[in-house]
Amino acid sequence: MEVLRPSSLREALEMRAAHPEALPIAGGTDVMVELNFGRRRPETILDVSRLPELQVIRREGGTIFLGAGVPYTWIMRELPDQVALAQASRTVGSPQIRNRGTVGGNLGTASPAGDALPVLAAYEAEVLLASVTGTRRLSWRDFLRGPKRNALAPDELIVGVEWNVPQGPGSFSKIGTRNAMVIAIASVCLQVDETTRGLRVALGSVGPTILRAPEAEAFGAGVLDEAGAWADPRATVPQDAVMRFGELTAAAARPIDDVRGTAAYRRHGCAVLASRALTWALADRRAVAG
Amino acid sequence: MQTATRGPNLAQQAKDRVGTSAPRIDGVPKVLGSFAYGSDLWTEGMLFGATVRSPHPSARIRSIDTSAALALEGVRSVLTAQDLPAKRTYGLEFADQPVLAWDVVRYAGEPVAIVAADHPEQARLAAAAVRVDYQPLPAVTDMEAALRPDAPQVSELGNVLRHVHIVHGDPAAQADVWVEGYYEVGMQDQAPLGPEAGLAIPAADGGVDLYVSTQWLHVDRAQIAPCLGLPEEKVRLYCAGVGGAFGSREDLHMQIHACLLALATGRPVKMSYGREESFYGHVHRHPARIWARTGARRDGTLVNAQVRLVIDGGAYTSSSPAVILNASTFAAGPYEVPNALIDGTAVYTNNPPCGAMRGFGAVQVCFAYEGQMDKLAAALGMDPVELRVRNALHTGSVLPTGQVIRGSAPVREVIERCAALPMPPEVPPDDRDPVTLPGGAGNVGRGEHVRRGVGFALGYKNIAYSEGFDDSCEAEVRLERGARGPLATIHTAAVEVGQGLHTVLAQIARTELGVEDVVVVQPDTRVGSAGSTSASRQTVMAGGAVAAACATIRERLLERGAARAAETGTRWEGGLRLAEGRVLAGEAPVGEIAEFLDPPLEAREVFRHRQTTPLDEHGQGDPHVMFAFGAQRAVVEVDEDLGLARVVQLAAVQDVGRAMNPRGVEGQIEGGSAQGLGLALFEEVRLREGRIENASFTDYLVPTILDMPPVVSDVVEEPEPGAPFGAKGVGEGATIVATAAIVAALRNATGRELNRVPVTPDDLVGLVPPRTTGGPPPVPDVPGPRPVYEYRHHT
Ligand SMILES: Cc1cc2nc3c(=O)[nH]c(=O)nc-3n(C[C@H](O)[C@H](O)[C@H](O)COP(=O)(O)OP(=O)(O)OC[C@H]3O[C@@H](n4cnc5c(N)ncnc54)[C@H](O)[C@@H]3O)c2cc1C
Repeated sequence: MEVLRPSSLREALEMRAAHPEALPIAGGTDVMVELNFGRRRPETILDVSRLPELQVIRREGGTIFLGAGVPYTWIMRELPDQVALAQASRTVGSPQIRNRGTVGGNLGTASPAGDALPVLAAYEAEVLLASVTGTRRLSWRDFLRGPKRNALAPDELIVGVEWNVPQGPGSFSKIGTRNAMVIAIASVCLQVDETTRGLRVALGSVGPTILRAPEAEAFGAGVLDEAGAWADPRATVPQDAVMRFGELTAAAARPIDDVRGTAAYRRHGCAVLASRALTWALADRRAVAG
Repeated sequence: MQTATRGPNLAQQAKDRVGTSAPRIDGVPKVLGSFAYGSDLWTEGMLFGATVRSPHPSARIRSIDTSAALALEGVRSVLTAQDLPAKRTYGLEFADQPVLAWDVVRYAGEPVAIVAADHPEQARLAAAAVRVDYQPLPAVTDMEAALRPDAPQVSELGNVLRHVHIVHGDPAAQADVWVEGYYEVGMQDQAPLGPEAGLAIPAADGGVDLYVSTQWLHVDRAQIAPCLGLPEEKVRLYCAGVGGAFGSREDLHMQIHACLLALATGRPVKMSYGREESFYGHVHRHPARIWARTGARRDGTLVNAQVRLVIDGGAYTSSSPAVILNASTFAAGPYEVPNALIDGTAVYTNNPPCGAMRGFGAVQVCFAYEGQMDKLAAALGMDPVELRVRNALHTGSVLPTGQVIRGSAPVREVIERCAALPMPPEVPPDDRDPVTLPGGAGNVGRGEHVRRGVGFALGYKNIAYSEGFDDSCEAEVRLERGARGPLATIHTAAVEVGQGLHTVLAQIARTELGVEDVVVVQPDTRVGSAGSTSASRQTVMAGGAVAAACATIRERLLERGAARAAETGTRWEGGLRLAEGRVLAGEAPVGEIAEFLDPPLEAREVFRHRQTTPLDEHGQGDPHVMFAFGAQRAVVEVDEDLGLARVVQLAAVQDVGRAMNPRGVEGQIEGGSAQGLGLALFEEVRLREGRIENASFTDYLVPTILDMPPVVSDVVEEPEPGAPFGAKGVGEGATIVATAAIVAALRNATGRELNRVPVTPDDLVGLVPPRTTGGPPPVPDVPGPRPVYEYRHHT
C-alpha cells in the first residue's frame, strides 16, 4: 500500500488527479476501521491531514468557513457560539476520536449517523469541493446522496463547509443506549433563524441519509407567529403545539429496525428530542430578551 | 486458624503483608503499556495462523477445497479435519467439540479449517480463499424450541444436556401469599480487552511449547495433548500476559490450532484473534428463561420456592453441566426456604456455545429470585430490605439441596451494612451539566422528567469447584539469599488474569516468611496444576498452597535456627519465631534469616479444600465448599420520556472472609459491578437465527466511565474456617448482584415490570411490553442427576 503525503492543497489535487483510485485519509477514524475490517483494500492512500488549506476556520462577514481537516476538539474550542455544531462535536466518540476526527471525514463517509451532518443540514451549509480543474459548491442536500453515498468526484477533495451564521438559538441532541461513545440511534438538530423567522430541523440516524422535517418546520414557525413569539420572545407558545411540533418532526423520520434500535423507538425519540429542542430554544430566546 | 494467631506478629514488620493494600506487582508495567499480553508474543521466523469459520448455524459440509488457499503467496499450511493426527474432539467436561468440524457444523463461527502463512494478511486472505461447500440444515436456535420432540437434534445425545431436579421439604406446602414471575436473561459476553492469543513453538523432542493467555494451563494441556497425539510431557504450556478473562479463557480457543500448524510446518505459529473473531472464539454467558413461584406467610417468612429454569448451552457442552448445577442450586436465593421444587435444564441449540462467565449461573437466577423478593415485598406491603433480613441464610441454615452451611454466612450483616451506606446527594436535575443526566454526552435533556429509583439486591455463590470434584493447587516456594536479603520465589501454575492474584501470593509469602523481597514466577506446566483462575477460587486455593509451602519452609528455617542456637549455647524461653527479618529464640536474636539460607530452602505443597459430594436424584447432597454473599443498593435516574438510564450510585457490601488486599477487593467490587451494570443496561450478544449481529465494540456496548457511577463499598470480614487467612474469593460477588439491584431501581423509577435483561430504552418507555410466556416447558424425560452424556455416551 502506497501512502501519498502532499503538503499543500495544490499538490494534493494533482496527486488526486493522477491517482483517482487513491483513498483520501484525514483523521483516519473511519478509514482505519474499514482497513482493519478488510472492507477496503486501497492500493494507494492520500493523506490530506497535513494540508494547511483544510486546517482553517475563517469568519467573513456573516459566514463561517470550516476547513474539512479541522478536528472536533478544535471546533468545540473555536466555535462555541455555533452552539449546535459545538454540541454535536462533543457527542462524537471519545476524546481520542474527537482529536482526530474531522467534519470533512464525516462528509466523506456520509453515514446517516454522522453527527456533524444534521447540523450542517440545519445550517443550510454548502460543501466546497476542489479539483485541479476548479472548485464546486454543493448544498449539503446535493452532496449527501444516500446511505454512505456522496457527490464527491474521483478527482475532487472536500475543502470545507461554509454557512451563513444563523441568528437565533440552536441545539443538537443524540440518543444512544450508552451514555458516551455510541453511534446515534436518533439525533435531532434544531436551528432557529430569527432573520427569516424560520425553524430548521434536521434528523440523523432515522433514514437513509440526513432528513429535514419541512412540515414540522412550517408548523413550528407558524405557531411562533400565531403566538406573537417572533416579535416578543416572552410570548407564551402553547405546550400542546410544542408537542405537536415533536410529532411532526417524528413523522418526517424514515427509520428502520436494526441491531442498535427499533424503528418505533427512533420515531418516539425524534418526537421527544424535537419538542425538547423547541422548548429550550424558546427559553433561550426569552432569556436573551430578558 | 493457625495462621491467624501467627500472622499479626510478623505482619507488623513485613511491608505489604496480608491485609494491606500492597501495590500491584504488575501495576506499573500495565499502566505504562510495557506489560506483554498474549497478542504481543513474538519470535524469530514465526508464521501467523488464521481460522476459517462456518457462516451457518447448522449445515452439512459437502466438501472443502483448499487448493486456492494453498496456491497463495506465503501460505505454508492449510489444515482441515482430515489432517487431524489423533483425537478429533475436546471439551472441558465432555469432549464433544470438534477441533475442526467434519461432516457437519453446529454453530455459526465453528472452526472448519486453519491456515498458516508468513504474514497475518496472507493468512487472512488464505482463510478467505478456502472453499467450503455447505448444505444448510434446519437449525434450532431457541432454547424452548430445542426441548420440543420434533426439534432438529443438535447433539446425537438429544437436545437436553443436563437436567437438575431438586426436591426439598414438601413442595406442596401451602403459603398465605404467592407471587409469580417470569424472567429472561440475554447472552452476555465477557468482552475481555485482550482478545485470544498464543504462540506455539515446535520443539526438538517432537513436542511443542505453547505460550498462551489462558485461565488453567493444565486443563488446557489435558485437552491439547490427545488431539496432537502427544504425551502430556511433550506439551509444555507457559502463560502469556492475560488481558482479562472472566471465564472466556476456560475453554480452548486457538491452542490446538496453533500447535497443529506449528507441528505441520516445523515453524513457530502465532494466532491472535481480532475483536470480531474474539466474539466467535470464546463461549458466552448462558441466556436463561426462569419461571418462579414464591410463597410466604403473611409475616414475610418464606415457605415455598418453585423454580423452573432453562439455559441455552449452545452447540457444545463446555461447562454447561456445572453452570446449570449452580443456577439450580442457587435458584431459591440466599434465603431459608423450607420447601422447594427446582428444575433446571441446560439444552443444546445451534447458537454459539455458552460456558463460564463471572457469576457462573448465579447471575441469571439472582435476577429472578430478587425480582421475586421485590414482588413479594410489594404483595405483603413490607420493606424489601426487611423481607430479605427476615429470611436471610446464616451459619447452620439448610439449603434446598439439604446442604448445611457450616462456614461463615454473615448475610444479615451484609444486608444491614449495605442498606446503611450513605445515599448520594440529590442534585436537582435541572441545574446540572447535561453530561451527568441520563443520556450523558448525547445532550438529550435539561432534566425533564428525570425520575430517581432505588433498588436493592442480595446474592450468593459458591467458591471453588463443586459436586465432589478433587480440587487442588500446587505451589513451590524457594527461599534463598538475594542481593538485598532473603528472597522468596513463588512458582505456581495459578494464572493472574488481572485480578491481583500474584500480588496477594507475594503478600502471603511476606507474611508467612517475614521477608520483603518476593518474586512470583510466570505460571507454566513445570509445576503441578493450580486449577483454574475462576470460581473465585485462587485466593483460597493458590493462597492456601503458597501459605502451606511457606509454613514448611518456616519450619525448616526454625529448625536451622534451633540448631544454631543450640550450638552457640543460647538459652531461651518459648518457641523460635521469625521477626524483623531475623530468627528469634524467645526474645534472643539467633541471626538474620539470610544467614540460614545455605543451602536455600525449598518446599512444594498441594492445597485441597474439603471434599464435597454430588447431588442424588432428588437433588440432595453437599455440593458446595463454601459461600460468599453480597448485597448492593443501586440508585438510578431514568429519563422517562426517552427511556435512557444513568446509574447514580452503587453501594456494595461483600462478605469476603478476610480482605487480603483491601484495594484489590475494592477493584473487584467496582469491576464486577461494571460488568453487572453492562448486563442490566446494554450488554447482549444479539443473535439472528444463530448468527451474531454485533460482534464488535461498536455494537456490543460495554460501560464507559460516563456510565459507571461511584461505588461506595464495604466488606464484612468473618473468617471462613479452613480457608487460608479465613479469606473467601471476591471475584464474582458484585457481578451477581449489580444487575438485579440496578433493574430493581429501574422498576422503582418507572413502575414497569422489566423482566428481561438487558433492559432496553423501549422497555423503559413501554414501547415493548414485559416478556410473556405460555408457561414453563415440561420437565424433560432424561436420565439424571448427572449430565445426559454420562448415561448415553458409549465410546
Ligand atoms: C471509536 C469511534 C467512535 C466514533 N464515534 C462517532 C460518533 O460518535 N459520531 C460520528 O459522527 N462519528 C463517529 N465515528 C466516526 C468518525 O470518527 C467520524 O465519521 C469522523 O468525522 C471521520 O473523520 P476522519 O477525519 O477521521 O475521517 P477519515 O477516516 O480520515 O475519512 C473518512 C472518509 O472521508 C474521506 N475523506 C476524508 N477527508 C476527505 C477530504 N478532505 N476530501 C475527500 N474525502 C475525504 C475518506 O476518504 C473516507 O472515505 C467514530 C469512529 C470511531 C473509530
